[in-house]
Amino acid sequence: MRAIEPWVEAPLDAFLRESSARIVLLMTSSGQVVAQHGFTRSLDVMAAAALGAGIIASTAEIARVMSLPTLGNVVHQGAGLSVLLAPFSMPAGTWVALVVFGPETTVGLVQLFCAGLAADLTAAAPQPRPAAPILAEQFEDELNASLRTLFGR
Amino acid sequence: MSVAFATVLDGLTRVPGVRSALLVSVDDGLVIAESSMTDVDTAAVAALAASLAARLARAVTTAGHAAPRSLHLEATGGGLMAAPAGEGLLLVAVTDPDANVGLLRLALRNAAGRVG
Repeated sequence: MRAIEPWVEAPLDAFLRESSARIVLLMTSSGQVVAQHGFTRSLDVMAAAALGAGIIASTAEIARVMSLPTLGNVVHQGAGLSVLLAPFSMPAGTWVALVVFGPETTVGLVQLFCAGLAADLTAAAPQPRPAAPILAEQFEDELNASLRTLFGR
Repeated sequence: MSVAFATVLDGLTRVPGVRSALLVSVDDGLVIAESSMTDVDTAAVAALAASLAARLARAVTTAGHAAPRSLHLEATGGGLMAAPAGEGLLLVAVTDPDANVGLLRLALRNAAGRVG
């Protein structure tokens, strides 16, 4: 498991132990990766984060168009592996958990422990800092640093 | 919730000491139908009870016995009783500590026969 923010590691570690999930990706609602477990290639992570964030944005828009309250989790249940996309509120905005799980666990258990993960992350999160101006030279350095943290290279 | 399931679950909650009755999908750990007298987190109970029942069934069959007909979990503040109800379904009752366990076991078996 690799996380950009160290305070994410303990709640995510507990979630992985309890839920028996195989792959987990934590991201912001804009698709920025916060932590991952189970991915081996950076391209896969970036694609999954972008697609997951896109799906959650789409469901939010469907809810808005249909004048529904915000929709909850999205589950794609497969014959072997299944995928849960769970948005949750954090102090700094909405985060999304993308969880891939197999028949050794159930969607009910994964959703239950995902709710616990959201609560643990909220409790562990530091107070949000005011956003610093984004500069081109910093952006690339920070992106490379994040990739090194997530993939160890 | 279908009327048939509602009738079965309402019957279970009429047993003295039963706080909630659920019909749960074992494969998913999700609530199919529920009848709750109090503020019980039924989604959490369903997920954990389904997992417990599946693991216990595996343990019992590995030991060479037939699949369990019911399970009863006793805790200081109450209890949980469950019985398989047909293919992939589980009936779960959440009880007070002073629930009539014998009557509940009979009611669960009767309800399982009506659901399965």
